[in-house]
Amino acid sequence: MSLFTFAVLAVLAIGSAAGLLLRRNPIHGALFLVVNLATVAALFLTLRAEFLAAVQVIVYAGAIAVLFVFAIMVLIPGKEETGPDPLRGQRWLAVPIVAVFLILLALGLGSGVLGSAAKPAVPGGAEALGRVLFTDYLFPFEVTSVLLLAAIVGVMALTKRRA
Amino acid sequence: MVPESYYVALSAVLFSMGVLGVLIRRNPLVIFMSIELMLNAANLALVALGQRHGTAEGQALVFFVLCVAAAEVAVGLAIIVAIFRLRRRLSVDELSTLRG
Repeated sequence: MSLFTFAVLAVLAIGSAAGLLLRRNPIHGALFLVVNLATVAALFLTLRAEFLAAVQVIVYAGAIAVLFVFAIMVLIPGKEETGPDPLRGQRWLAVPIVAVFLILLALGLGSGVLGSAAKPAVPGGAEALGRVLFTDYLFPFEVTSVLLLAAIVGVMALTKRRA
Repeated sequence: MVPESYYVALSAVLFSMGVLGVLIRRNPLVIFMSIELMLNAANLALVALGQRHGTAEGQALVFFVLCVAAAEVAVGLAIIVAIFRLRRRLSVDELSTLRG
């Protein structure tokens, strides 16, 4: 049963990623991205990482996807990829290159990363994650706030219209 | 229980599709979404491997990746909007002012 769930979610994830790559309209791409993010959240649930699944839906499918759709509406795109492609040959070359990359990735992953013995999975609720975040990773956690503040200030400086 | 190697394989496929999107698309917004795809694939691998090794540290790392992704999307979209105001067109192939 769990294998069946995984298979359905994997097909959904790969299909929505393919939709993002193939659809010309960026708003369709954004909606496919939402499907993909929600599917990854469901995969987190099957891995018993419940807190991260909730955060994934809130931050990615909520905030980031809305930001993307908002940017698409501001920029009124849809005509960018219609003209002649100046790099057509290079783009066709991209497919075999990525295929080789995937093969190398599979070889690297298969050669020992997964070799060690499996241990029982940890519970993925807010308690386990919070315990790690506020003990071992306290300093990076605080630095994250500086990063987000820098992002806020940077975005305001970038998008301010000069009067 | 599905073995974690299946999740890692799925994440490798999703990451490669993100790379492909960055390489074949011309719209910077779609390229950006492909980068999000790659970040998500890495998150999936981190959670799967963390569960396999029985620690919560993989999930802590995913938490940080989420924060960095949020900051990156905000700044990146602001840069794209600024470029659009300057150029009135959105295509990464035309941004060649710095070419020597």
